[in-house]
Amino acid sequence: MPRRLALSVLLPLAFLGLWTAAVELHWVTEGIIPPPAQVARSWYLWIAGGPTKSLSPYSGTWVANVTYSGRRVLEGFLLAAAVGIPLGLFVGWNRLVARLVDPSIQMLRPVPITAWLPFAIAVFGIYDASALFLIGLGAFYPIVVNTTHGVRDTNLLLLRAARMMGAGEATILTKVVFRSALPSIFTGLRLGIGIAWTAVIVAEMIAVKSGLGYVLWDAYYVGRMDICVATMFSVGLLGFVSDRALQLLSRVVLKWRTLEAHA
Amino acid sequence: MSDRPVVELRDVWKTFDTSGRAVEALQGVSVAVVRNEFAAILGPSGCGKSTLLNMVAGFEAPTRGAVLFDGEPVRAPDPRRAVVFQEPALFPWYTVLDNITFGLRTRGLAAASYRARVEAFVEQVGLRGFESHYPAELSGGMKQRVGIARVLVMEPDVLLMDEPFGSLDAQTRSLMQELLLSVWERHQQTVLFVTHDIEEALLLADSVSVMTARPGRIKKRLTIDLPRPRALEVTTSPAFNALKREVLALIREESLKAAAYGPETR
Repeated sequence: MPRRLALSVLLPLAFLGLWTAAVELHWVTEGIIPPPAQVARSWYLWIAGGPTKSLSPYSGTWVANVTYSGRRVLEGFLLAAAVGIPLGLFVGWNRLVARLVDPSIQMLRPVPITAWLPFAIAVFGIYDASALFLIGLGAFYPIVVNTTHGVRDTNLLLLRAARMMGAGEATILTKVVFRSALPSIFTGLRLGIGIAWTAVIVAEMIAVKSGLGYVLWDAYYVGRMDICVATMFSVGLLGFVSDRALQLLSRVVLKWRTLEAHA
Repeated sequence: MSDRPVVELRDVWKTFDTSGRAVEALQGVSVAVVRNEFAAILGPSGCGKSTLLNMVAGFEAPTRGAVLFDGEPVRAPDPRRAVVFQEPALFPWYTVLDNITFGLRTRGLAAASYRARVEAFVEQVGLRGFESHYPAELSGGMKQRVGIARVLVMEPDVLLMDEPFGSLDAQTRSLMQELLLSVWERHQQTVLFVTHDIEEALLLADSVSVMTARPGRIKKRLTIDLPRPRALEVTTSPAFNALKREVLALIREESLKAAAYGPETR
């Protein structure tokens, strides 16, 4: 374990070294990119707040902004899963539903989240609903596509086995098809939560007035590149943590699969 | 009443349409299985014997002819016609016990009503102590035992077995054949058993229908009157060898015919 950890931090450390060198040795124009130490200081103040009443408007607001963004990601992601998983099940299972829905999904899918921004603001205004729409939509596609794929991959023999044991459509869908598609569904969920973090930043930069994306854009306007960079790190960290949480959940839910890998 | 066949195929034809080319799988096959009979269908691979079984199971429909179960045409799969597949086809996300009780739970039976019966079958097929294992943790033979136990607990009217031991190694196969014999002798379950293994068919069955190579037809139906209960030792008896010679001659005739016509005409 320590060895694996050492290997994992190798690249980030090298990057930090390169970054420090680039700033200290003036490879980049002065004042544009802050040195790591300054970012760390600003980040710390942003999290913990200053000793006295600080002039910085960011002081001590990190947790609040992370909570805003995190809640939006969670809500949008859950919305996407709640719609995407059942829809994917039906699209993968029923040819009629597939003909009805699949072309529309595939046509809407290439439209990037950013292109939906004006539409979202026009319809939902500068409110949470806008952000929720964008996040949900972004996370929805990989979830629905991977669920569909997983359903279509269901082993015919297992379907026959279920049928000869008297299972009806509902039982087959919940006890066989869904279970068999779960590994694929988790792949979709992991891709989805990644997109959700992308979408939340985009949405908060323009469509709402709080959260990490809002801070990022605001800090950019007032020339606080140190806060911008700290925000980027924060998003990366949160994305990493949420992906790991999903991975952990999948390992618990798909225990039978880890056994298969060891067999 | 007991004369009426449980399973009957009347002049069944089956044609597959594979990429525009019609392939005849079965040509006018007629088979009847009566209650408590262990009937075997013996034929080379590709002769359409699995297709025949799939039609009885309700997975496929005949192109022509009738597939009857209890006098009624087969339309869809039914737990009264349970299947043991060549691949165990277990649900990998369920434990051994949950796999075995799948059919019972699907029927909505209360666990208390079948617990004792399930335990008895688990014991009979030698799975005691493995109830909470997942299929991935079992050997090929063990998986197939689960595949057998899960259909036996449903107490089907007929057990359809599609080369169930075909993918097992020789030793495990012998053990499984003995296991099946002991289970059959206890329950007198009606069985339709498909295999390409001559000895397996003769050892297990009351009747052996020998099929031709594709397109499949029933060449001859033999009655196997070897005394029961049988054990593996029966395969060394003179009576067994006489039957084996007869079957070999039938199959030899077929392969000679096939060779004479060449592979194109098959």
